[in-house]
Amino acid sequence: MSDIKNYEIKDFQHDSEHTQKEKLLEIKNLKVQFGGIKAVDGISIDMRPGRIVTLIGANGAGKSTTLRSIAGIIKPQEGEIIFQGENITGWSPDKIVSAGISMCPEGRKVFPNLTVLENLKIGAYLRKDKLDDDIEYVYSLFPRLKERHWQFAGTLSGGEQQMLAVGRALMSRPKLLMMDEPSLGLAPLVVKDIFEIIKTINQNGVSVLLVEQNANMALKVARWAYVLETGHITMEGRGEELLADESIKEAYLGKQKTK
Amino acid sequence: MNIMPYVIRGLATGGQFALVAIGYTMVYGILKLINFAHGDMFMVSGIMLIYMAGSTGAMPIFASIIIMVILTVILGYLIEKCAYAPLRTAPRMSSMISAIGVSYLLQNLVSYITGGLSKQYPEIPGLSTSVRFLGVKDKLSVFVSPVVAIVLMVVLVLVINHTKFGMSMRAVSKDFETSQLMGIKINRVISITFAIGAFLAAVGSLLYFSKNTGINHLAGSTPGIKAFIAAVVGGIGSIPGAVVGALIIGLVESLAKAFGLADFSDVISFALLIIILVFKPTGIFGEKVIDKV
Repeated sequence: MSDIKNYEIKDFQHDSEHTQKEKLLEIKNLKVQFGGIKAVDGISIDMRPGRIVTLIGANGAGKSTTLRSIAGIIKPQEGEIIFQGENITGWSPDKIVSAGISMCPEGRKVFPNLTVLENLKIGAYLRKDKLDDDIEYVYSLFPRLKERHWQFAGTLSGGEQQMLAVGRALMSRPKLLMMDEPSLGLAPLVVKDIFEIIKTINQNGVSVLLVEQNANMALKVARWAYVLETGHITMEGRGEELLADESIKEAYLGKQKTK
Repeated sequence: MNIMPYVIRGLATGGQFALVAIGYTMVYGILKLINFAHGDMFMVSGIMLIYMAGSTGAMPIFASIIIMVILTVILGYLIEKCAYAPLRTAPRMSSMISAIGVSYLLQNLVSYITGGLSKQYPEIPGLSTSVRFLGVKDKLSVFVSPVVAIVLMVVLVLVINHTKFGMSMRAVSKDFETSQLMGIKINRVISITFAIGAFLAAVGSLLYFSKNTGINHLAGSTPGIKAFIAAVVGGIGSIPGAVVGALIIGLVESLAKAFGLADFSDVISFALLIIILVFKPTGIFGEKVIDKV
């Protein structure tokens, strides 16, 4: 088993060697601490443009903390975050959005007191140009939002709110879209829809960094995956490889897969 | 008995309270903080005008008014930066205590400067002239106050509901972190909110103090507490609520005077507050909670 993993890592390194300049996001030895507790303890991640990369792991493994550090909400104690060759560690969230990273936060967090359309517009808060095309694009991904554009976002169903949160995150025209637990609290059918949309968004040229507890779905769409445990990366590999890995099956995918 | 003068004076006081109440309600809406220093800031803006254009000052009145408004806005901004911004992630009670501290600081500072004595508020040409309207003869400021309050409220509501900045205010009032993820600079939004509140308080102080002859370091506490009651009665967080609440409080107190209950006017305002809190705890225009998990 470990042979397979090593082989895969080599493959990835080989893969990335001749495209070294093309790294979209590079995280080096990231450490984040909250009041003495190390939430993230020395994580390194490489991400090439155009990919879907996922971080999977249990509650409290440090997945959300990693994303929030990249977004500039939390300042890491140590380590570097390099986006398109620029060191963005410690930048303010608005500068990071301008640089081309946007985040769809855990629990959707749409603004309930804003209409659907306003939620989309606020996603493009830093842009000064016309938004009509982008709004149409989001409506084409999620026709339901167009029907409800005048409604307050607080009146939408959970699935619709998730669609709105994804649409809102796209409005800043990101190069990298980070999604924190998009499947959280949604019905399985809706989860399937959301993952289809993630694939579509990716095919349209947006790289996706996906954090998920639903490892099964995440590994199916992801090109490359990292497994986080208590602030460390314990395993990495191609999505489909980790999906077949016995220890991953046992820890994250449920026993029924091993019969 | 002619009740009209009382109605007009009540609406005037209400309008002046409203300008202060909007400051309470906006800050509460965005920070969930009762800015106890707001009434004292109102008083400070009165004192500033006295020192610039009153008996102790020698500056021309209109220039003084403009400088007073600017200084009050700066004061509002500084209070937020020094007393509340460092406590952004602290428990809400800490900011509340900080607010009480700022309130005492302003009172004592003014008391130190004035020696605790009442100072004569300058005559403001125009506002202090007597006019007759609807059969009532009174100072112009009395007739102007409710109109100014309502016009400024309408402008503010339009800005909040129809501009990009207003949208960011509404977003920040719901969720700091997600607002940051949108690229909104929340500290800037909060600063501007305090500045708007301070501006309205400065306008309010001009109208309120122009009918009161002497003011001292405690002159802000009564209008401050009345405006706070007004904001709660109207539904704290709601700007139209603050204005309607303030007009009701002003009217009720004035009518109490009309019926010879002047000594009970405070009792009546507080009783009104209690009744509203019992029957509609969120106030007249209180927000319904529509959040979905």
